[in-house]
Amino acid sequence: MLRLEPRPEPSRRMLALTPFAAVLLTMLAGGFLFASLGTNPLDAIRVFFWDPLFDSTVASYTRPQLLVKAAPLIIIALGLSFGFRAGIWNIGAEGQFIMGAIVGGSAGLAVYPAEGVWVFPMMVAAGALGGLLWAMIPAILKIRFNANEILVSLMLVYVAFNILAGLVTGRLRDPDGFNWPESRNFQAYPSAHNAELFAGTGVHVGVIVMAVLVLLCHLVLRNHIFGFHVRLAGQSRQAARFAGINPHVLTALCLGLSGAFAGLAGLFELAGPAGKLSTNFPLGYGFTAIIVAFLGRLHPIGILLAGLLMALTYIGGELAQFMLNVPAAAVQVFQGMLLFFLLAVDFLVNYRIRVRLRPPEDTGAAPGTETRGDTVNGPGPGKSGEEPA
Amino acid sequence: MIDLAGLSPAALVASLMVAATPIMLAAIGELVVEKSGVLNLGVEGMMIIGAVCGFVAAVETGSPVVGLCAAIAGGMLLALIFAVLTQVLLSNQVATGLALTLFGLGLAAMMGQSYAGIKPPPTPRLDVPVLSDLPGLGPILFSHDGVLYLSIAVVFGVWLFLRQSRAGLVLRATGENHDAAHALGYKVVRIRIAAILFGGAMAGLGGAYLSLIRVPQWTEGMTAGAGWIALAIVVFAAWKPWRILIGAYLFGGVTMLQLNLQAIGVGIGVAYLSMAPYIVTILVLVIMSADRRRASLNAPACLGRAFHAST
Repeated sequence: MLRLEPRPEPSRRMLALTPFAAVLLTMLAGGFLFASLGTNPLDAIRVFFWDPLFDSTVASYTRPQLLVKAAPLIIIALGLSFGFRAGIWNIGAEGQFIMGAIVGGSAGLAVYPAEGVWVFPMMVAAGALGGLLWAMIPAILKIRFNANEILVSLMLVYVAFNILAGLVTGRLRDPDGFNWPESRNFQAYPSAHNAELFAGTGVHVGVIVMAVLVLLCHLVLRNHIFGFHVRLAGQSRQAARFAGINPHVLTALCLGLSGAFAGLAGLFELAGPAGKLSTNFPLGYGFTAIIVAFLGRLHPIGILLAGLLMALTYIGGELAQFMLNVPAAAVQVFQGMLLFFLLAVDFLVNYRIRVRLRPPEDTGAAPGTETRGDTVNGPGPGKSGEEPA
Repeated sequence: MIDLAGLSPAALVASLMVAATPIMLAAIGELVVEKSGVLNLGVEGMMIIGAVCGFVAAVETGSPVVGLCAAIAGGMLLALIFAVLTQVLLSNQVATGLALTLFGLGLAAMMGQSYAGIKPPPTPRLDVPVLSDLPGLGPILFSHDGVLYLSIAVVFGVWLFLRQSRAGLVLRATGENHDAAHALGYKVVRIRIAAILFGGAMAGLGGAYLSLIRVPQWTEGMTAGAGWIALAIVVFAAWKPWRILIGAYLFGGVTMLQLNLQAIGVGIGVAYLSMAPYIVTILVLVIMSADRRRASLNAPACLGRAFHAST
């Protein structure tokens, strides 16, 4: 019979290996999914994961898209990873993404049609500020009133979306447009346009910022006291308290940071690939970034890889829609499955499977039975004990 | 357009009961789950799966009852994934719940793709004999569909179960202190799985109520945060079943008022009025959580904590 035996220490090897196992399992399950939709699973996997990168006819278009799609996912996920490590769950990044775009975009439109090198940096700063302030709402409500940040940040996604819908039919509507509920197109406003820097690569300012942030977050997490505080709070609330970490400050910092990052991503997306504000602007990056953060093991380098993979599923999904008639939502199903499988194989980090021939004689609880697993505090599963037989 | 006097209170009450029912069903299910010590954030995902399963089954068979049953089954199936992951493989409950929602939204969109714009078979209204003929109150309270009455019955049943039955006591014990419950010989994992499945069934039914009775139509992402509001209502209710009733009707009221104001055209943009339910949810959360001591007294002590029996 099989038995889960707790490891004395989380396995680092498993921590690195399980994401790959999850990807493989997802591909397998995805194959079944596509087969059930009447698509040849091998074709589907090829279109999803191989053609966007290597197919001679489409790759020249899809390869640059990889960075365009990955940049916002990675930037948002980097911000989220700090909070997730510390047990502070900001799941409203989508709302902060939208608010960053609204505030940053409004700043740009306010000075339209002024030209100058200062326009775009100002918009970037405004975008980050917009996301930051939006994320401070759950932070303040959590600190001051103990309101659950998960629910508040999520509710604010719907509020942000309605603000967006209200603005594009109102104050931010393009005065030179044909009454469409859309803002002016930033791609037609040179000083504000987040243009491709090197032709054919998809690299815009946001991609550069993403690369810098990956490095920066890596250094902060490893070497800076803030990174230490975040990691400590995630492992043990009490230890963090004894170390003199103020939980309120930590909440504000983690939420603020993730909000600012999401706002940045929103502004880069708006001024670049999206071009204009409309109700079609939010694409769910804020939610997919949650998967990216977990798949990347809340580690900056891991997030970089996970973000690229997730971007690939977006592009592959579009391609599959076009070439194999696979429904658009298949991508979302795929991404959801990936997170499921990741969580499913996660226990291998903290447990090992032992095969036992004879069932244990005493399955009742011994006195002093203790479970230390406290999932609210961190992304890892419970840390002690064994399966009840 | 009509002026404010055009708001008929009778119609408003009747429609707020309808608007509240999906949230109430999902919330009472989640209450049982949380009472057993499990935090399932996947309510939204289970609801939308229920909505699409119910819709597809009802359209294909022509029977709304089959649709409702399919919705329950769909919600339970999704809940089963959550149960296996969190109870057997001990995954993080917050992350797994989120995964459930993301996966559910995607899967529902895929399943419902070819069903957009179709009308489902109508669900017959159940007029309570005699009572529905009462002048004034009759049409408001006693002339609804069966599921609405069922939802109220479920709230009452859960109250009775948790408060009066031995099994309810065991369930609460599991949520308050899983180690003690385990030491007494109760199967913590099994009890929790059963609770999670009940939560899934109720969320699924609530979702189907949306797509089959309240709207009635299938549109992608039609739950629009109802599952999350249900989670907030459990907090609002301080984990007490009868308060779920109040909470859900309060939200139904806000939703209907907002919709009616939109119809009248009060000079506030539609988009800004649509925010109302979400903002009210936040306000309610703030008010209910502000008193830290009372809030922590009400919440099940083992909420969200993984259980693992050690020998």
